[in-house]
Amino acid sequence: MITLEVFLTIGALLFVFGILAVVTKRNAIGVLMGVELILNAANVNFIAFSFFTDTGIDGIMIALFIFVIAVAEAAVALAIVLNIFRNMQTINVDEIDSLKK
Amino acid sequence: MIGKDIIFIIFAVITVGSAALVVFSKKIIYAAFSLMLSLFGVAALFVFLNADFLAAVQVIVYVGGILVLILFGVLLTVKISSDNVISHLSQRIWGSIAAVGMFVLIFIAITRTNWTILDKSEDVVYYPQSEAIGIQLLTNYILPFEVASILLLAALIGAMFLVRPENK
Repeated sequence: MITLEVFLTIGALLFVFGILAVVTKRNAIGVLMGVELILNAANVNFIAFSFFTDTGIDGIMIALFIFVIAVAEAAVALAIVLNIFRNMQTINVDEIDSLKK
Repeated sequence: MIGKDIIFIIFAVITVGSAALVVFSKKIIYAAFSLMLSLFGVAALFVFLNADFLAAVQVIVYVGGILVLILFGVLLTVKISSDNVISHLSQRIWGSIAAVGMFVLIFIAITRTNWTILDKSEDVVYYPQSEAIGIQLLTNYILPFEVASILLLAALIGAMFLVRPENK
């Protein structure tokens, strides 16, 4: 039951749901949640490959650095979202279109 | 062995089901809590992959850090009662078609590839990995380690710079 294919399928499902959240959410924070899901899908795949193949500990190290990048991304993206809300009183991504006018 | 399989299936269902709830829940605050459950499930899956240290880091960093950050973002920007977080119907339909197509492609690639995997059929030995991670961080991965610290410092200063008050 606990095989590489099962973990890769779970990773694929997480990735697809993340993409779906990025595409369909109107709220910018919902888009950020989708990005977190995508990064987690990548992490599951890296650690599954590190466990089931003979690549040693490299997959785990890469997953560790993905954590760092996810944290930096979340902090900066939320700062940008708060700034957008302060300037435009909305964070719906389809209403932030002042560059089009 | 069968008990381990049952626990694994439970955590896999929790992970994927909560990820689906993140997408399909109407209110953003429900999506945030579903995301928390999904990240917990991923941490549990890490344990099955002999990644004890990463499971702990996942709980601390994601559930304790990023999710609190996201919840603060939700509370500071959105009216909790507003429920128009889902986009237009056509966008949802095209997004779903693209997502299903992408999943089918990935699944075909997974099942048709001949993976050369180690034999993990019986009696996997789990052992702590923090020592190996520490040794790797200070030998082979010393440059990414330092670059990551600079990245975190830059993100820290950048986030503080972005949210500073307007009037000096």
